[in-house]
Amino acid sequence: MWSRRQGRLRPTVCGVEELRRRRREQEAALRKARREQQLVSKRLLREDVPEEAGEGCVAAILGEAEVQQFLRQAQRGTEEKEREGALVSLRRGLQHPETQQTFIQLEGSMRTLVGLLTSNQALLQLEAARCLHELSHSEHSTIAEACLPATSYLLTYLSGHSPDFIELCLYTLGNLIVESEAVRRQLLPQGIVPALAACIQSPHVAVLEALGYALSQLLQAKEAPEKIIPPASASSSILASTLPQHMLQMLQPGPKLNPGVAVEFAWCLHYIICSQVSNPLLIGHGALSTLGLLLLDLAGAVQRTEDAGLELLACPVLRCLSNLLTEAAVETVGGQMQLRDERVVAALFILLQFFFQKQPSLLPEGLWLLNNLTANSPSFCTSLLSLDLIEPLLQLLPVSNVVSVMVLTVLCNVAEKGPAYCQRLWPGSLLPALLHTLAFSDTEVVGQSLELLHLLFLYQPEAVQVFLQQSGLQALERHQEEAQLQDRVYALQQIALQG
Amino acid sequence: MQLPPALCARLAAGPGAAEPLPVERDPAAGAAPFRFVARPVRFPREHEFFEDGDVQRHLYLQEVLMQVADAPEKPRVPAFACQVAGCCQVFDALDDYEHHYHALHGNVCSFCKRAFPSGHLLDAHILEWHDALFQILSERQDMYQCLVEGCTEKFKTSRDRKDHMVRMHLYPADFRFDKPKKSRSPASAEVPGDSGERSEGEAMEICSEPVAASPAPAGERRTYSHRSVSKLFLKHVLNVCSVLRILGCTWAAALLTLNSER
Repeated sequence: MWSRRQGRLRPTVCGVEELRRRRREQEAALRKARREQQLVSKRLLREDVPEEAGEGCVAAILGEAEVQQFLRQAQRGTEEKEREGALVSLRRGLQHPETQQTFIQLEGSMRTLVGLLTSNQALLQLEAARCLHELSHSEHSTIAEACLPATSYLLTYLSGHSPDFIELCLYTLGNLIVESEAVRRQLLPQGIVPALAACIQSPHVAVLEALGYALSQLLQAKEAPEKIIPPASASSSILASTLPQHMLQMLQPGPKLNPGVAVEFAWCLHYIICSQVSNPLLIGHGALSTLGLLLLDLAGAVQRTEDAGLELLACPVLRCLSNLLTEAAVETVGGQMQLRDERVVAALFILLQFFFQKQPSLLPEGLWLLNNLTANSPSFCTSLLSLDLIEPLLQLLPVSNVVSVMVLTVLCNVAEKGPAYCQRLWPGSLLPALLHTLAFSDTEVVGQSLELLHLLFLYQPEAVQVFLQQSGLQALERHQEEAQLQDRVYALQQIALQG
Repeated sequence: MQLPPALCARLAAGPGAAEPLPVERDPAAGAAPFRFVARPVRFPREHEFFEDGDVQRHLYLQEVLMQVADAPEKPRVPAFACQVAGCCQVFDALDDYEHHYHALHGNVCSFCKRAFPSGHLLDAHILEWHDALFQILSERQDMYQCLVEGCTEKFKTSRDRKDHMVRMHLYPADFRFDKPKKSRSPASAEVPGDSGERSEGEAMEICSEPVAASPAPAGERRTYSHRSVSKLFLKHVLNVCSVLRILGCTWAAALLTLNSER
């Protein structure tokens, strides 16, 4: 059930180290893009795959005359195969940005393509749709906008019956949506939300995955929190439609759960929830309960397989749960029941271990959920103690400063609940770990260590003596000049000396 | 990171919550200069906290090859023809046939044989073109429903409806699935494979030649190009068609041959 689709192996022209280096560079560039809010992701369905750079592409760039010729052949050819072939050639050419530009600048080209898209020749329709799909992948919003005449038809075809065709239309729409606000401004009144709501009842997995993708792109739009998500926006509203209930259904663990589909809808849910528009509505639909069960299921899957694809689903699920837990509605609505279940904590730690081994950059997200679970819950704090999870938590301290701060925060969540909790934190590795983190140079890490120390001294006074014996005072002294830490360092020194 | 061995067992066991230890806070805990307060944290959309996870998501979406690996070469079969009466399309791949069938024979009007891309549009067509009661009612009340999924507006005439779709829904004025009855040009060739002017012709709505004689719908005044075609001619066409189907020729080629013979 959780087996990941294997990508085709790329020819290894370079060593593993080189690949890793390139990947790191790529990730750094992407992080930069995200910081500048320039991260635009698209999906491309393509049959002919160009070989790695350096070996040249399969198709050549087409000039104006060639584009015209192919269009004419497609439109007026006598033999079907000839017409289809012309469109295939055009489609290959459209893999190149230059051809795309040429195409849209040619008068009547889009009109012809739309005519072929709506023709009575099914295979021409398909090829025309593929041409549009190539165009949708362009990075230029002018090209996306040139596809505007086709959108009403793409939407109409969503209520058709050919799954491959619908899938193609959905990916094309998704790509166009993310590229241009002008496209979205047209698609919303054209009824994209009701069209998607109707289409989500399809039994075809590929269609559902494509739909999830298109929807996730719509939800990522910067105007989504005001114009697309809220229930008040009537016909273009996601929350007023039946989409949320269907989305949650796709996330329910069980034999029908498809990982590819679940990934898309989990991301959709994340975009809705972090927009903080109307989360109590989602809680009312059982989001907490469903996501909690899914988390348990994920932890089970992680234990069973070596699959590296699970973090793609784990990440949005963690985010959704963490954000939902901040809603006041959590206390009042019955959905909270699931999240009193301490198996959630067990599952989370299994996932943390998985991240530690496979994807350390996701550790903060897991710890974020742990914080939100434990902050106001004596029950979960007790679970951490009774399930012996303090030790594993401490093992995460060396990973990074961000992770350290979060680990210390969770420990503070436990410690601040009083002596009964601090007794269980003592003795053990906690004090040595704190002495270690006090040696860090990061102010936030040290600051959080001081907070934890303070709680420990308050509720477990025996700790003071041991602290002194292990050169605790010297550890504190290091930071007495630091503006952000001074007061707390001084206060702790006083407590230690008096104790 | 070492997890306690009992943890997996705990996950596998039934639901349950730990009996919480007693909470007992000392006011000194929150006293200055210490400032820790246990609280759940929320992050909004664009927060940098999400950077790493978002980058992973992006890389996943960009993995073109994952899609490619899943789409195997279309399995080819010996050529076969579409079995729907009047259709001479030939195929050598089941996927192609499936798409053809859904596109052209899936939502077909049993009265006039027009094909529509969806059941929704077919239903609207039948109501507006073939339902006598609709005609009567539409003289008194707004009956023409907006074709956009989710919009419940109704209009007195199909013209008004079109205006609404153009203005409110930004649909193209020449939307091909909303042709008013009277403006059907006699020159619109019903022949599949016609490569003429798409902007005027009935693009999607093909009429396979009425093999089964379509019952004359009541109260209609349509002009079909083939209305005047004699029965004998039709029979002739059919025979030729079945012969040509075996030979793998297209419908268009068949008619061209016939026309040149006449």
